[in-house]
Amino acid sequence: MSTAALHAPRRRKPWREWLASYLFLLPALGFFLLFVVYPMGKGIYISFFDYSLSDFDYVGLDNYRNLLRDDVFFKSMRNTLLLVLVTVPAVIAFSLFVAMSIYKMRAFGRSFFRAVFYLPAVSSVVSITVVWASIYHPNYGLLNYVTGLFGAEPVAWLGDTRTALLSIIAVLVTTSVGQPIILYVASLGNIPASYIEAAQIDRATPWVIFRKIIWPMLMPTNLYIIVITTINTFQCFAIIQLLTSGGPMYSTSTVMYGVYEQAFKLGHFGVASAMGVMLAIVIGIISFIQFKYFGSDVEY
Amino acid sequence: MSDHTITRSRLSLTRPLLTALLVLAALFFIFPFYWILTGAFKIQNVAVAYPPEWFPLAPTVQNFIDLFKNPVPRWTFNSFAVAAGEMLGVCIVASMAGYALAKKSFPGRNLIFILFVSAMALPKQVILVPLFTMLADFGWINTYRGLILPAIGWPFGVFLMKQFAQTIPSELMEAAKMDGCGELRMFGTIMLPMLKPAIGALAIFTFVGGWNDYFSQLIMIRSTLMMTLPLGVATLQGEYTTPYGVLMAGAAIASLPMIAIFVLFQKAFTQGITMGAVK
Repeated sequence: MSTAALHAPRRRKPWREWLASYLFLLPALGFFLLFVVYPMGKGIYISFFDYSLSDFDYVGLDNYRNLLRDDVFFKSMRNTLLLVLVTVPAVIAFSLFVAMSIYKMRAFGRSFFRAVFYLPAVSSVVSITVVWASIYHPNYGLLNYVTGLFGAEPVAWLGDTRTALLSIIAVLVTTSVGQPIILYVASLGNIPASYIEAAQIDRATPWVIFRKIIWPMLMPTNLYIIVITTINTFQCFAIIQLLTSGGPMYSTSTVMYGVYEQAFKLGHFGVASAMGVMLAIVIGIISFIQFKYFGSDVEY
Repeated sequence: MSDHTITRSRLSLTRPLLTALLVLAALFFIFPFYWILTGAFKIQNVAVAYPPEWFPLAPTVQNFIDLFKNPVPRWTFNSFAVAAGEMLGVCIVASMAGYALAKKSFPGRNLIFILFVSAMALPKQVILVPLFTMLADFGWINTYRGLILPAIGWPFGVFLMKQFAQTIPSELMEAAKMDGCGELRMFGTIMLPMLKPAIGALAIFTFVGGWNDYFSQLIMIRSTLMMTLPLGVATLQGEYTTPYGVLMAGAAIASLPMIAIFVLFQKAFTQGITMGAVK
């Protein structure tokens, strides 16, 4: 880097360069402060209020205290964590399997499969849920028809507390693997073929090659995929709202869905904000753990 | 030697098995789209027939006629307007900021960048409630600006542009500076052309993201005429009976533009995704 050249004009008139930089940053920073940072602060602020259409009273920590005593909130938090714990590994395993199968293909096959697995991610979530609602339908759904061919009893996939969350997760996984597959294909392509060939000459089994060479070299990609999939899963809202509305008996209600219900169905903006703050804290802790745990294996 | 041949023969057995699994998975991903497309041409009692009709034997366009009894053209226009507005705003704002963060030195640069990046770790939806109350105070609920402007504040674009601008060599800019090139001209004539691939990827991402941002649309839109296409389709779900054919027709129309964009610009998509991941 030619630092001398960069610094030369700066020494002459640093304030001009600064002013120009700030002017270039101003629009982005303005929008960011007004529509992201300010609402964040406001969210924390109103979480201390009994805030509805008619009231705006300071209640201290009451919203938080009530939430911690609320069974529905705990159920939603448990469902949220369960959703993350199942979805993230499932997404990793599935995308890695697909990426490993397609990264050596010719360009056409590679783009074809990449496109197929990305389709649910670019499609409107409304379209996805409309079709899955029909497939899961207890009376004339396709899924019960197919399982029925194998002699299984029909199941109310979305109406049974035992299957509802799993049915949601299945849809969520199909909408989440597109980006990870693209990332894995790119990283696998960057692994020098000579490493793998050398191991093959040493008669390493495919499993050993995967464990000892491929997996460690994918570590930075793994971390990135885990982080984006976790955030994506915490955000899962539309699939739940459109397929089950959190039911039956709150078995598919997540914190994000609870925020929506409290704020926009019941008009309890204070409670909803407190839920949002607690969700943000949980996400912060989980991100921290992920970076600590997976970040330590990453070689930069 | 025998060891090697065992591995080989085992491989030759697993390879077709894995390929079969891949093809099966691909079919599983394509099938919902097949079901939407065929469902759109089935009349109601065929759509709910049991056992299901795998292919519509008597296809009908009645579902599309019924669908267009709703203001579908207006919904489509709304979706395009919102997505295009977000796209334009994000691209302008992010390319300027990304350029400054990557190529200029000034006090507070790292702090500002860290601020942008750490906000990205939070799900956007956590701020939707306070954002809603704020926009209600502005009187922006159920308006285009209430949907478009907040999306421009989301820092992903800034991050992407900064990552890309960093890879552009500084020599050209330095030479231009020696020749007395002004700041705006430097950005417009030297930086922008070089940023083009990243701007393309960001534009497509933002457009698709804006089109599909169901949650924001759900809470910000209050009237049938202001609805976006996905939101409008979602409201077709009846309370007691579900008009499956009409819903499938709507689902097809709501996703078709995005699928077309994806197929046309797959390269830009792939580049944008890998670009955002490089450290």
